[in-house]
Amino acid sequence: MGLGGGDVMNIAVTGDDLVVVRDVGKTFSEAGGLVFGRAQPSVRAVDGASFEVKRGETLALVGESGCGKSTLGRLLLRLIDASEGEIAIDGVDILRLSSNDMRQMRARVQMIFQDPYGSLSPRRSVAKIIAEPLEIFGLVQSRKQRRDRVAELMIQVGLSPTFMDRYPRQFSGGQRQRIGIARAIAVDPQFIVADEPVSALDVSVQAQIVNLMQDLQKSRGFSYLFIAHDLSVVRHIADRVAVMYLGRIVEIGPKRRIYDFPSHPYTQALLSAVPEPDPETRKSRIILKGDVPSPANDPTGCSFHTRCPIAQPICRAERPPLLETASGHLAACHFAKPHPIPL
Amino acid sequence: MTILPGSVGTLSASDDIEHAIAPEPGRTALLKDMLFGQASTIFAFSVVVIFLLVAILAPWLAPYDPLAQSILSINKQPSWAHWLGTDQFGRDVLSRMIHGSRNSLLFGLISPALAAFFGTILGVTAGYFGGVIDRVISRVVDLLLAFPELLLAIMIAAVLGGAFWNIIAVITVAFVPGFARVARASTLAVKQEPYIEAAVAVGLRTPTIIIRHVIPNIAAPILVLMTLWVASAIRLEASLSFLGIGTRAPNPSWGNIIRDGLNNLFGSPWPIIAAGFAITCVVLSFNLMGDAVRDVLDPETTR
Repeated sequence: MGLGGGDVMNIAVTGDDLVVVRDVGKTFSEAGGLVFGRAQPSVRAVDGASFEVKRGETLALVGESGCGKSTLGRLLLRLIDASEGEIAIDGVDILRLSSNDMRQMRARVQMIFQDPYGSLSPRRSVAKIIAEPLEIFGLVQSRKQRRDRVAELMIQVGLSPTFMDRYPRQFSGGQRQRIGIARAIAVDPQFIVADEPVSALDVSVQAQIVNLMQDLQKSRGFSYLFIAHDLSVVRHIADRVAVMYLGRIVEIGPKRRIYDFPSHPYTQALLSAVPEPDPETRKSRIILKGDVPSPANDPTGCSFHTRCPIAQPICRAERPPLLETASGHLAACHFAKPHPIPL
Repeated sequence: MTILPGSVGTLSASDDIEHAIAPEPGRTALLKDMLFGQASTIFAFSVVVIFLLVAILAPWLAPYDPLAQSILSINKQPSWAHWLGTDQFGRDVLSRMIHGSRNSLLFGLISPALAAFFGTILGVTAGYFGGVIDRVISRVVDLLLAFPELLLAIMIAAVLGGAFWNIIAVITVAFVPGFARVARASTLAVKQEPYIEAAVAVGLRTPTIIIRHVIPNIAAPILVLMTLWVASAIRLEASLSFLGIGTRAPNPSWGNIIRDGLNNLFGSPWPIIAAGFAITCVVLSFNLMGDAVRDVLDPETTR
């Protein structure tokens, strides 16, 4: 793979970190018109995100809609260019790659999209959609080889290869998502960003798709960045969980620790909102007051202080850094302890 | 909880192959539907085919030489010898109509096709890349749109002269802005679709994305516009010929048949009636075909 200069990292890459993200930020600013331009307020969608994704693991990224989790996922694949920071995938600093080298890099990083209806071109047959990445990276030479490979992939994602010449409109949402998954795994990537891959599907189909994604991960060993807002799905698939609020990662750690011992008040509030199937179990809900502030008008200090039940003067003044509360468990709160804060 | 504990690990990828998918109407069925779905379409399609055949077979169909004058048979009424009579120079109107269909249909088909080609390139470029490129292209297109088509055509024809390819170029330039506008607007909409982002994520080059994923998805409105403007091109050529800058006399086109006929309206009205009727028929037919194409090309309708 012709990855030229600029791929020497000044980030220490340890053996099992596949993706290393350091201080990545993205500011969207609307440029004014040529003549009648007016300055638009810029929006800080992602701010100072730092984390790692290990080989073969699933890191779930959760948060309310609008918190910047989809933007962060797209930054990792350079579908959007980051404003600052460093992103290394398998030791390659992707932000410094030329657009040509980045295209080569896409053989190793793929994406599964949220919308199973919009993410497949309506005028291309299933075979053409799945074969597209294979052709780009020269993985198939002949027509026959291409059809064989597509058939193989369709079986792997649970679709009958007899439908390979059909068009996406003839498939159900779940089937379309399987087509999207087949396209993503076709080039055998190391890293897949899954942007809310099941949120547009029926609950019954969600389980099938999540299980399929897990089975594929087991057999192929790639890593997922699994973006979701459904905490039950995350609990099922994730190894580690990162919680985002207003463009910042406020807590990150192993799934067990996040679910059992959430350190950040926001994570505690999120988890208390998960519906409990057993009506006998009473639990106290933490109801947050107010709305999420607009990312264009970011609060000073801790961005959560406007809604936090335990906010103190220091929260308005100083932004809490993301610090380790227990091994591998980090939280950005002045009052974070290894155990949940009583709210 | 969305995940049933019992389902964990019991579903392997291969044992839940889904077999139920919507039926596919074949391409031939779609084509049949397009051509024979409605009586008006059948009519339109037959008219277009007949006119095309007439244009192709003109030398064999025309009973007389369209340029041959005869002082002895001036302004004759329709008869068995001259089905549409003769004009002020004694030329057979039917033969002139048949030969004139070649010029009219050539202009009518080539110009919109060329305009669609160049307009699509401009519009897609502007819509896909946006920014300065979009502003420059859009302002040039607006500039062209500000002129009435006919005025624009007359201006260019006056500068370049009235040769065949000049007239084609004139009509093409007059039509490009409309196609560019439609292509740009459609591209802006398609560009927002997740499948374009998916194409980038998969690793496609920008030109390939445009050719494979943008253009096929904006083709429907452009094809419809093309069929509509076949009619306009024939009309515009007729107008230009009528004004004396289209097909040059004595060569016939439907437009200059009307022009010559107008000077001789009281001698014989038949040239004007015949050419006017032919233009109306073709224009109407292409418009009806445009409607049919629009109905069939929508990918989400499975009829």
